[in-house]
Amino acid sequence: MPVDDRALQQVAMSREEYRRLVEMLDREPTEVELGMTGALWSEHCGYKHSRPLFHYFPTTGPFVLTKVGEENAGAIDLGDGWVCVFKMESHNHPSALEPYEGAATGVGGILRDIFAMGMRPVALLDSLRFGPLSDRNNRRLFRGVVAGIGGYGNCVGVPTVGGEVQMDASYSGNPLVNAMALGIGRREHLLSAAARGVGNPLVLVGADTGRDGIHGATFASVELSEGSDEHRPAVQVGNPFMEKLLMEACCELAEQHGDWIEGLQDLGAAGLTSASVEAANRAGTGIDIDISLVPRRAQGMNAYEVMLSESQERMLVIPKIEHLDDVLALFRRWELHADVIGHVTGDQLATIRDGDTVVARMPVAIFGDPPQYPPAGERPASLDRLQAIDPGAQPDVADSSAALLRLLGSENIASRRWIFRQYDHMVQNNTIIRPGGDAAVVRVRGTSKGVAVSTDCNGRFLALDPRTGAAMAVAEAARNVVATGATPAALTDCLNFGNPEKPDVAYQLEEAIIGLSEAARVLNTPVISGNASLYNETPTGAIIPTPGIGMVGVIEDVARHLTIAPRPGDLVVLLGGPVAQPASTLAGSEYQHVVHETLGGRPSIDLDLEARVQRLVLDAHARGLLSAAHDLADGGLAVAVAEMCIAAGHGIAAGALDAGARLDAALFGEAPSRFLVAVRDADAAAAVATLASAVGVPSTSLGRIEGDAIALGPIAVSLAVARGEWETGLERALAEG
Amino acid sequence: MRAAVLVFPGTWSDNDCVWALSQVGIESRKVWHRETHLEPDELVVLPGGFSYGDYLRTGAIARFAPIMESVQRHAEAGGLVIGICNGFQILCEAHLLPGVLMRNESLQFRCADTYCVPANTTSPFTRGLDTSRGYLFPISHGEGRYVADEATLKMLDETDRVAFRYGTADGRVTPEANPNGSMDNIAGILNERGNVLGMMPHPERACEPLLGHDDGNAIWRSALASVGVRV
Repeated sequence: MPVDDRALQQVAMSREEYRRLVEMLDREPTEVELGMTGALWSEHCGYKHSRPLFHYFPTTGPFVLTKVGEENAGAIDLGDGWVCVFKMESHNHPSALEPYEGAATGVGGILRDIFAMGMRPVALLDSLRFGPLSDRNNRRLFRGVVAGIGGYGNCVGVPTVGGEVQMDASYSGNPLVNAMALGIGRREHLLSAAARGVGNPLVLVGADTGRDGIHGATFASVELSEGSDEHRPAVQVGNPFMEKLLMEACCELAEQHGDWIEGLQDLGAAGLTSASVEAANRAGTGIDIDISLVPRRAQGMNAYEVMLSESQERMLVIPKIEHLDDVLALFRRWELHADVIGHVTGDQLATIRDGDTVVARMPVAIFGDPPQYPPAGERPASLDRLQAIDPGAQPDVADSSAALLRLLGSENIASRRWIFRQYDHMVQNNTIIRPGGDAAVVRVRGTSKGVAVSTDCNGRFLALDPRTGAAMAVAEAARNVVATGATPAALTDCLNFGNPEKPDVAYQLEEAIIGLSEAARVLNTPVISGNASLYNETPTGAIIPTPGIGMVGVIEDVARHLTIAPRPGDLVVLLGGPVAQPASTLAGSEYQHVVHETLGGRPSIDLDLEARVQRLVLDAHARGLLSAAHDLADGGLAVAVAEMCIAAGHGIAAGALDAGARLDAALFGEAPSRFLVAVRDADAAAAVATLASAVGVPSTSLGRIEGDAIALGPIAVSLAVARGEWETGLERALAEG
Repeated sequence: MRAAVLVFPGTWSDNDCVWALSQVGIESRKVWHRETHLEPDELVVLPGGFSYGDYLRTGAIARFAPIMESVQRHAEAGGLVIGICNGFQILCEAHLLPGVLMRNESLQFRCADTYCVPANTTSPFTRGLDTSRGYLFPISHGEGRYVADEATLKMLDETDRVAFRYGTADGRVTPEANPNGSMDNIAGILNERGNVLGMMPHPERACEPLLGHDDGNAIWRSALASVGVRV
């Protein structure tokens, strides 16, 4: 087939890649073959720019059961035969065009990854990024995405228990919508997504196939531009009701009839193409599909469209031939369509027919062997300029009470209640810690165990130093999990970056992956799943690097979880660093952003200290010394103290502070590796101090939870006023215009 | 006592109801919407969810499910029926209860704790409840605003058929405590005989201290205590 530039552009394939394909095939590809290859070689499916960096990731650890890349999601061992699978995935570009459907189908897609493994989804989280809410379009995107997540998640009966949202100018027009899901089940119910057993049928279940979402994977792998609106048809439309039925049917299949099937695979990006080819690749088999057997919702669809449709709510089931009728009957009982569309072959070829005509026939291995481009990174000169900025050159804070109130009401710190009250976060009756704390905690029904989960990443730290910033993201996510009393076990990542073909982005990508990997290694939290979303650029530039981290931890006795709310009379102790901090800790802080409207300086983290502090908190909790714990992050010490007081409904008397030379850094600096813990009395405080000094961790007793005012060093504000700012900040930001 | 927990396509509180009932020692079986058999002494539970996706109008399609004729007969025979959230919507659509549930006043979905103050203490579901306090029941709905004409509201009030009103922990019914704009702060209502209860809040979500509260069990305990009492 003579191929022109337009045809290549449509599948986002370069002329060079096309030549590579012709060489591998030893002939020109058919139109269908080109479309299928383009989709599978796209960054979104093929990870051609990110995979060469995956070798940095630590992937093994005591909890790891299913390693990264082996299946649709990674799995960890919770002990006693229980397993937790989890993964985070991006749906950024669709959400930029159609915020409601983009976000909704992001939720649907990540759920299918979980129940494809035979595990029942038990929790959803969403890590969101938008441009500043002072802009009308950003507010529109924000509202649309939140509505879409709620609209889908609330309907399927999986609680949305957490997540986070941050606003930064670089996300204007290119929001990030990363959805994470967790599934829990018995180890023996874990399913594989492999097309095993020559002669076994391929059964397509769920929604009919339409023209929606064709080229979605390709669209996710190019920059957003003025013409991106033309891709609107590439955005899929979700049907959560269908998803709910699919989920119930697949969970029943896994839990009661796992022996009926060889494999279960979801249809996500690149639709039937990636589902069938990946399943065959995993098993080392081939597939033979007749697209005339695929039920359609649109007339006149050709093979190309059927193979690349990204219609939602579809699963590919590979039953054992002798149980085909049982499997079809099970899906029928759930009132779902299920049709045999082909079978597993032993020839390691992907053969696609349209009735009697073969429209594609090529080795499965070629699809699974996309070109790889080790990033050619170059440290941008702008980084030196940013790092050379001295946050200490700004005048120190004059009115620290006013600064605290301003931060509490700022769009990045204010309460997220406006969001999570629109999400059902309680269904399934396992949510032990609801949204609004450091991490969510979900009980493992039938055991005493719990799972803690948090998503985190402050892209501003990465903008200043991608390696350090990524390490800080891992550390913060782990701290959030530790603050509930859980031991961090493993993580999933969602690598949101700009165009990796640009040297500065390539530099960010590699540095971030190195930093992420270093922290994951030191904190013993291997990477078990993930997703890369590159090309997050608009005509005004790339997003700040945002490798979202989803951290999962395990609590053996969930009844002994910790929250951020101390009791009246408790003493609050700062662990991990002194109150006094150098001005450099303001680099990338929310204070720097809100008060000085700048970004500059160089953040730093001591990973060894981080690990010791986290172990210390878990140790102190194991000894029964703690009544609450809260990690220090956005807004630093003062905001963390205020959040604890608001959660407690009581003030604090901590007027005497050794704040050192820079009051702003002491109160609002964002030095990592720090916790606030609450203890019952002076004896417990002394015991914590002894434990801390034994492992070389600084500890400072701040004051007592009491009264109705926050008195912290020079700060003196009424709790009611602080709560008012914090509770209404987001609503006020969203209300404008 | 046994419970029959109905499952429509799209129901998602069925497992939660089974779990909550087990907390007070009530065994349950799940009944698929295509089935038709109910035991006379079963507590019939219509759980929350989005039956049939609620694409037309909440509960509008579920009322035509085969099981619903049996529910009707069960109610007429004096059997106990409770509809929670989507289940309440279905009971209204099926005319087992008066009124309708409209979109929340905020036009947004709401998931939050609410306090519900009992207004009736004689029905099989509310016997012995304390009218001087609010019971903590979470809500989780987008269409929970109870609407009825004035005559119906008056009749419900005068015949002691309002089961719960949204209020405060200390039992005051206030406009601020109303999470969805329901008329007369109505959270749940009873049929004439008191054997059919529909309520938007989820008592099954308040069923054990580990989840933060167990006020919901009061409803199941009341139902348990009513076994053998004719209505």
